Amino acid sequence: MAGKPKLYYFDGRGKMESIRWLLAAAGVEFEEKFVETKEQLEKLVKDGDLLFHQLPMVEIDGMKMVQTRAILSYIAGKYNLYGKDLKERALIDMYVEGITDLMQMVMMLPFSPAEAKAKNLASIEEKATKRYFPVFEKVLKQHGQDFLVGNRFSWADVQLLEVILAVEEKIPAVLSGFPQLQAFKTKMSNVPTIKKFLQPGSARKPPPDDNYVATVMSIFNLN
Amino acid sequence: MSGKPRLHYVNARGRMEPIRWLLAAAGVEFEEAFLETKDDLKKLQTNGDLLFQQVPMVEIDGMKMVQTRAILSYIAGKYNLYGKDLKERALIDMYVEGLADLNELITSNFFQPADKKEEHLATVMDKATTRYFPVYEKVRGHGQDFLVGNKLSRADVQLLEIILLVEESKPDILAKFPLLQSFKAKTSNIPNIKKFLQPGSQRKLPIQEKDIPRLMQIFH
Repeated sequence: MAGKPKLYYFDGRGKMESIRWLLAAAGVEFEEKFVETKEQLEKLVKDGDLLFHQLPMVEIDGMKMVQTRAILSYIAGKYNLYGKDLKERALIDMYVEGITDLMQMVMMLPFSPAEAKAKNLASIEEKATKRYFPVFEKVLKQHGQDFLVGNRFSWADVQLLEVILAVEEKIPAVLSGFPQLQAFKTKMSNVPTIKKFLQPGSARKPPPDDNYVATVMSIFNLN
Repeated sequence: MSGKPRLHYVNARGRMEPIRWLLAAAGVEFEEAFLETKDDLKKLQTNGDLLFQQVPMVEIDGMKMVQTRAILSYIAGKYNLYGKDLKERALIDMYVEGLADLNELITSNFFQPADKKEEHLATVMDKATTRYFPVYEKVRGHGQDFLVGNKLSRADVQLLEIILLVEESKPDILAKFPLLQSFKAKTSNIPNIKKFLQPGSQRKLPIQEKDIPRLMQIFH
């Protein structure tokens, strides 16, 4: 009687989006409970549902899991998206952590003050094209396989596709120097569970807009 | 012929310290190659030794591992400090990520402007006592010596590390947390950890104000 995982977060991407991606890629249906006000967040805290008083929180397998990385690792482990042994897991972890650093920059962009936005965007472009994308371009070129690790679909592939699409939303030509990543993007987008997630009407959230920024700022008194 | 793990970082705690703690707790001897100048860092970068051009980097089992969390997970997995199954690992991960957040808060105090430092530190201590320590105090209520599965794990090592770090700023921080006090005493007496806490071990000292310009210069 396990039921579907239930995701508690705002109605927007933020830190929960990677979790939505991974569940979707694993073919796992899930429900969402959107937190819209400070009072709703405070209630969750008061009820003892949030270990460190923070979101994301995912009810899964009888646990109220918090901490994005803990949740992602659990899903990856449970659905066999974490490699076949410790060394493959080490590679996946390294790739995912690097991608997370880039993703963090993209996630914070809407919250930059207006005068810093252009600079932050330029920083994202530089890091993406000089530090992160070259690594994965090289990995794919060297082994010639479809997937980043162990010739098998893993959490790293899902996360890389997610960050490629997120950066492309801001910098459409960002993959122009990366033929392997272009092919990777096409292949991964066609994996059936991912293809489904990329269709309109899925649980995937749109790029952050002013409304999302305003909601988050108001819930956390960041005005 | 794999040899000991080799840690590449500056001669300071920084992001490498949890890795030193975990290796020590696991009883694993390791070597350190300290970056002393910007050129030392550049050399590693041009040699292609740093996957994302950054340190920490740890040479271990034929890999040049980067990304602190990846390295810690590998060491924990290899030396059986990661619980017995997926659910224990989930608990350990949650505890460890919370501690990592607290660690970030504490270390970020260093980079606050001088006139904001004291206020920031007060906020951090408040978070420690209202958000983080109560969680671990409550977990300890299960009466076992270790946080998860009645067995030493990376969560215990990391909790001890953070407790000692916070105490450096506020020695009486555990006043209202009797179970964490006994945790601290018991865990500090585990032989590998006791050894690491002795002077002369590879544990690094708190960062000094005078060291900051030199360290910043290596990374910026």
